[in-house]
Amino acid sequence: MKGGVLAVAAALAGAAGSLVLLADALTPGSVPLAFWALVLGVTALSWIGLERLAGVDRPRWIGGLVVPGLFGLLLLYLWQVLTVGFDVPAVLLPSPARIGHQLAANAGLLWQDFRQTFLKSVLAGFTLGSGLGFLVAVLVDRSPFLQRGLLPLGALVSAIPIVGIAPIMVMWFGFDWQSKAAVIVVMTFFPMLVNTLAGLGSASEIERDLMHSYAAGYGQTLLKLRLPSALPFIFNALKINSTLALIGGIVAEFFGTPVVGMGFRISVEIGRMNVDVVWATIAVAALAGSIFYGILALVERGFTFWHPSYRQEQS
Amino acid sequence: MRLSNSRWLPVMVVLAAIILIWYVGAVWLNAGLVEQRLEQTGKEATAAEFAHIAFSLDRPVLPAPHQVAREFYESVFTRDITSPRSLVYHAEITGSATLVGFALGTLLGILLAVGIVSWRTLDRSLLPWIIASQTIPILAIAPMIIVVLGNIGLTGLMPKAVISMYLCFFPITIGMVKGLRSPDPLQLDLMRTYSATRGQVFRKLRWPASVAFLFTSLKVAIAISLVGAIVGELPTGAQGGLGARLLSGSYYGQTVQIWAALFMAALLGMVLVALVGVVERLTLRRMGAKP
Repeated sequence: MKGGVLAVAAALAGAAGSLVLLADALTPGSVPLAFWALVLGVTALSWIGLERLAGVDRPRWIGGLVVPGLFGLLLLYLWQVLTVGFDVPAVLLPSPARIGHQLAANAGLLWQDFRQTFLKSVLAGFTLGSGLGFLVAVLVDRSPFLQRGLLPLGALVSAIPIVGIAPIMVMWFGFDWQSKAAVIVVMTFFPMLVNTLAGLGSASEIERDLMHSYAAGYGQTLLKLRLPSALPFIFNALKINSTLALIGGIVAEFFGTPVVGMGFRISVEIGRMNVDVVWATIAVAALAGSIFYGILALVERGFTFWHPSYRQEQS
Repeated sequence: MRLSNSRWLPVMVVLAAIILIWYVGAVWLNAGLVEQRLEQTGKEATAAEFAHIAFSLDRPVLPAPHQVAREFYESVFTRDITSPRSLVYHAEITGSATLVGFALGTLLGILLAVGIVSWRTLDRSLLPWIIASQTIPILAIAPMIIVVLGNIGLTGLMPKAVISMYLCFFPITIGMVKGLRSPDPLQLDLMRTYSATRGQVFRKLRWPASVAFLFTSLKVAIAISLVGAIVGELPTGAQGGLGARLLSGSYYGQTVQIWAALFMAALLGMVLVALVGVVERLTLRRMGAKP
């Protein structure tokens, strides 16, 4: 542990030093060999440090947060040093510093895109699609006949590239966010339907018999037994849908938008060869996606605290 | 016979209901266009004539199922498969990019999984990032990959395959890590009592145990791979491929063409997933799994 911390500290110092050198003293593209030796040393040192730290079991946050965090920093560092050191054209791959700079310089623009794509289309489509899928699943659940008809179709739909309906939705609902939300509704409906149906069927025979012996009606069994036992499945669908919704929203914008939105920004700036703005937009999308997912995971933990996968962690 | 009846009947009924709703929707959504046309000609129409016009418009808002079926049939069977008006031609372009990307992605996914299972450091440092990256809309970088690779002279099939590869290695890595770790401690202990080396444990226990997991991930991966290939065709104005067909259809308002291309994409996706399913069944049977 101690050796690991020392190695990481040394690596961090070396990395900081090499970044300062690169920024002030060296010209990009013609960097002396000694500098690459320094970079190699930093990489090797951080690897040794990571290896030592990865072996540490307690406290848990070292393996869970510090190690992946440091690994991410190492990747960023190598990305920065290599792109600047070899003077990689920004069109191919801009350096993280440039992307960060664009992120700060275009904050207002990116916020507008975020509002258009995420706050309008994605949230509306996600809520409507997941809600509809859930409602239909609860309704269909009463009829085994419909279930046997819909489940195979739901499985088939997962093999279909649904994003393809984007041009049709743009024709029907116009260029604004409504058409994107419509694409997202269709994309998120089926995962929710299939998962909720599976979840509603997941309560065991014994538990159902118990409810029966309490003389519980359909509604009570649904509310007190089957919906709670379906929650892990429902949250699984919500998590899948959070990614699908963002993808649907962005890709649908490739087919036509008002002059705002993340998908629009990506396709326009790519046309102008402003690759660093594109990367900045992608960074925003990545951040939005992770936070969305993280919030869902937190809510899931609050609702399904009784599930074995969480119980084990505490003991 | 009774058994197959009870399995297929519900699906058929649901399908029939969908087609019925589709026809009603076609009349409803096309009503505006039909009224326009009737006004131009100044004729009155009965309900049957109204529906007939709604089902035979050139550029309907929603084409009727039989219009799509006819366009599908014509562009698949009656046209030369090397002509850009044939859907087979486009499906072949998209399909080959999908398969190349799928193969590369599978290779990369398996290699990463083996690395993660073998080295604790990679497990602790790389796996969290792979999981986190699943929450990112990776498809958004598709246009950039196309343009950037085009810039260094790579065009045609490869850039699309790269996007497909990038999309489909995640589920494979995650599934394989789970599968390679699925042998329980008892089995691992047994291998130790045989004094098996790490390589032997891997070859004779971990690898066979992971095959079922691998195929589950492969089915997910090939479907995403197809989405990647189609989206990869959108931003560049590619000449061929189902994505290009969708895009040109949306530019010129050829709704029937869009729907036919969509059905081709759906068919392609189902065929690809079914193919993986067949390989899965053959492999598992050879490995001695009970059917």
